[in-house]
This record gives sequence, structure tokens and C-alpha cells, in this order.
Amino acid sequence: MSIKKRPRRKWANWLLLIPCIAALWTPAYNFVEPRFLGIPFYYTWQLAWIWLGAGITWLVYQLAWRGVEDE
Amino acid sequence: MSEFRPVTIAVFLVLFIGISALGFVATRWKRGDLHQLDEWGLGGRKFGPLLVWFLLGGDLYTAYTFVALPALMYANGGAGFFAVPYSIVVFPLVFAVFPKVWAICKEHGYVTAADMVEGLYRNRVLALLIALTGIVATMPYLSLQLVGLEAIFAGMGMHASVYLFGYEVELPLLVAFGVMAGFTYNSGLRAPALMAIFKDILIYTTLIACVVIIPARLGGYGAIFDAVPVDKLIIPPTPDNSLGPQFAYATLALGGALGLFLYPHALTGLLSASSRDAIRRNAIFMPIYAFMLALLLLLGFMALAAGVKQMPEFASGFERFGDIYAVPALFNYMFPDWFVGVAFAAIAIGALVPGAIMSIAAANLFTRNVYRAYIRPECSAAHETQVAKIFSLLVKAGALGFVTFFPETSVVQLQLIGGIWMCQTLPAVLMGLYIKWLNSTGLLAGWTAGMVAGTLMAAATDFKNSVYELDVFGLAVPCYSAVSALVLNIAVTLIVSMIAASRQEPVPAVAE
Repeated sequence: MSIKKRPRRKWANWLLLIPCIAALWTPAYNFVEPRFLGIPFYYTWQLAWIWLGAGITWLVYQLAWRGVEDE
Repeated sequence: MSEFRPVTIAVFLVLFIGISALGFVATRWKRGDLHQLDEWGLGGRKFGPLLVWFLLGGDLYTAYTFVALPALMYANGGAGFFAVPYSIVVFPLVFAVFPKVWAICKEHGYVTAADMVEGLYRNRVLALLIALTGIVATMPYLSLQLVGLEAIFAGMGMHASVYLFGYEVELPLLVAFGVMAGFTYNSGLRAPALMAIFKDILIYTTLIACVVIIPARLGGYGAIFDAVPVDKLIIPPTPDNSLGPQFAYATLALGGALGLFLYPHALTGLLSASSRDAIRRNAIFMPIYAFMLALLLLLGFMALAAGVKQMPEFASGFERFGDIYAVPALFNYMFPDWFVGVAFAAIAIGALVPGAIMSIAAANLFTRNVYRAYIRPECSAAHETQVAKIFSLLVKAGALGFVTFFPETSVVQLQLIGGIWMCQTLPAVLMGLYIKWLNSTGLLAGWTAGMVAGTLMAAATDFKNSVYELDVFGLAVPCYSAVSALVLNIAVTLIVSMIAASRQEPVPAVAE
């Protein structure tokens, strides 16, 4: 792989705000129902966003930073 | 106290001794000249993404986390779940900000945040204040690891004490701490990094057992959540004329996330990375820890559903430790003796690994930013490293003294205020990377304002509550004091920087 110095698609970094908002905007998820496998929505949402957040971080890495090595 | 269980203790000791021994042989690993501070204190900046991942996991998920956070759920219900949104926020933050910090530190050979601040602003007073904030905030955190260890030893029925200078000191605690002091002194950051791998294996094993076996015995997750009173499942409703507990929840998550990587031990973990790319890739995989943490929090509800507090055999443990005894009691109740040994070893190693990193981080700060800056500027690299090793011992002795002389509740209170203080270093450490016209006058003013306001807000709740309710034009705003103090801090920093810059020639920033 060729080594590039600069990140591409810098706009992709803004995607990192999505999981932050999803996690901090409590009115979006402060409910007991609906339940998922007996787990209240409040917990389902927050557990799901752990993985969605990881997915988005991975996406940003792929779009902007992959192969960018520094030194 | 729980009954004495020989099988549990035997399994515990074998694992504990085996993993601690690794700490001593870690000197041979990724061999470097341990007379250099960044070899002893940062593992030579040679750790790849996987190793940094283990090291940060070792850092962030500590013995205290293991017992205290489920206890929070146990006592407060869903409002205690804020550690999860906090960890969702923290990893994108690491991804976006810390590769830059790493690059500056690598280029100039900085070992601590205070090094970087001094390099950016050429102000020794500011650097000293940042260093002291870090050392002071780390001490109670380190002491809390001991509280976690104490709860574990009590859970195994290991109780023996010796008298040192007229004070009663727990013998198992003394031995465990002696072991930690030994391998830290000997191997530096390589020891906790190597041990963190085995610690994680133990913790994963324990957690998987927890999330499979315990719900099976309690009748499934539905039954566990059903055992929690409905009004405790989620954050309580918002009262009129107030942003309510939901706002407090979000600020607790945000403040925790902002403060986390300002803590010296977390930064030490990041700076040990071998490249910026290692940090980014590591941030993608950190959520695995976050998921583990979420499962861990649910142990609090499992303890509630199992009803351990009502069981007579655990009464004395609850009396001494309060709700943090819930998890040790749950393990004792749910698992066979030998597995209790595995689980407790996981938590105990979970105290030693971060404890070692914290004492190394505090030692790096002291040596670089107090000793070399103010006491012996001409000292050689080998001498500097020797001072760091000795200071790491002193920090640990201090932490041990702390839990011996003071009640556990005051340690928790100091940790709370430590978190508020730590956040106040954010403008100096991070904002200057993005806003070039900040100056040390503004940062000193902002830091002072934030520290004073944060301390006063914590004092107003008798250091019992990290959330302080502000009154904004008649609207009640319950906010984590670290966040409200930081807002003030940033405002003062910006305004004073602007005024100061207009009065004198700006000092050019050195980095970049």
C-alpha cells in the first residue's frame, strides 16, 4: 500500500459526533417500553450505540485515515 | 465477613502469584535501556494497537470500577448507568484528538501533559500547576484501588492485620501492595502492560460466566429487570422549571469522558503507543471494553434480583463496605468455590494493573515537572529515572496510608473532587492545539476560576454529590460540577487570553 501523508475526506471526522449525540441526548431513549428480549429500551438503546459508535469510528477510519502513516 | 474458603483462596493465590510474577520478568520484554524515563515510564513508546488496547483497558476498568459501578446501579437504578454513554463518547474523542497529542509529545520527547503545556506556552508556573493537579487527582484514585482490594479480601474471608506504628494495617493489602511496588519499581510500564493481557483474559472469563450463569439461575434477563422497581429502571422524570436528572445524567457522561484522558495514567497509556495509527485503530476496538462495562453494571441489578443484601452471611460485609460489597457477595452466592477464586483474582489483578500505571504516571509528572524543573535541572537521564522509581514507591505508600488513616467514604469524596479538578486542565492541555491565540495568562486565570468554582460547588454538597444544581434565570440546571466549572474555565480562558494578547506581543507557540 502506498503511504500517504495527509488524511483524505476530512469531512468524515464530523460523523464522530453522531454517537456522541445519540449517547448524550437522553430524551431520545429514557423509556422502559418497548422491551427487547426482556431488556428495557433504555438499556437496549445504550448497548446498541456502543456497537454503532464503534462502527462509525471504523467508518471514519476507512474514509479518512486508513493508510495515513505519520513520522 | 464471609466464611473462610480454602479452595477459593488456593485458586486465587495461584492466579495472583502467577500473574504478578509476569510483572517481574517483564523487564526482558521489548528490551530497552530502563535508565531512560521514556523506557521505564512509557515502555519506550513501542506498544502497538493491540497492546495499547490492553493497557488502556487495564487503566480504565479497575478494581474500583468493578465493585463501585455495579454498586451505583444497585443503589440508584438506571440513573447509575451513565458510565455507558460516557464510554460511547470517550472513544470518538480519543480518535479525533489524541493522535495529535501523541505526535507533539513524540516529536519533542514529552512524557507528561505538563511537559506539553510547558512546551506550548513556555510558562513554568502553568506547567507546574497542571502537573500538581494530575498528581493530587491521581492519589485518591490509587487509594480507591485499595478499597476495591479490601472488599475482595473481605469477600474471601481473608482477615489478618498487623500493627505498624500503632496503626492497624490489613496484612493481605500490605502484601499485595508490596508486590505491586516491587514489579513497578523493577519493570516500569512494561509490567502492567504484560499483566493487563492476562488480567483481561480473567475478566472476560468472569464476565461471560456472569452474564450466562447468573441470569440462568435468576430466570433470565426479563426476570432480573422485573426485580428492579419500575421507577428505578430509567432516569427519574423531569420536574417543572428544571432540566432535571436527565440533564445531570448527560453531563456526568460528558464530564467523565472529557476528564478521562486528562488523567495522567490514561495519557501514559496513550503515549506508550508506537504511532498515531496505533491510537486510532485502538479507539475503534475500545468499545469492546465499553460493552463489557455495561454488562458489569448490570451485575448491580443481578445482585438486587438475587437479594444478597437480605442474606445473613453477607450482613457484616455490607455493614463495613456498604453497597460496594454487592458484587463480592453476588459472586460468593452464585459461583462454586473455585470460580469465586478466579473472579476475585480478576478483580485483584484489576487493582494492581491500574495501580501500577497510576503510580508510574504520577512519578513521571513529579520527576519531569517538579524535580527536574525546580529541584535538579541538570540531572542525568539515569538519575531522573531513579527519582521516578523512588517517587512511584512514595505515591503508593501514600495511598496505603490514606486508606489506613481515613475512612473509606472520605477517599470516595476525594476521588469525586479529583475528577472535577482534573477536568480543569482541559483548556491548557487540549484547547491550545486548536486555538493558537490562547496564552498562559488566560489559561492561568481560567484554571484558577475553574478550580475555585468546582471546589465550592463540591463543598456546597458536603463533597457527597458530584452534581450541583445551578439556578439560571429561575431554571434549575442540575449539572456535573466538573462540566459547569469547565464552562466557566473556558469562558475565562478565552476572555483573559484575548485581553492579554491585545496588551502585549504574543509569544509564538512552539509546537507544530
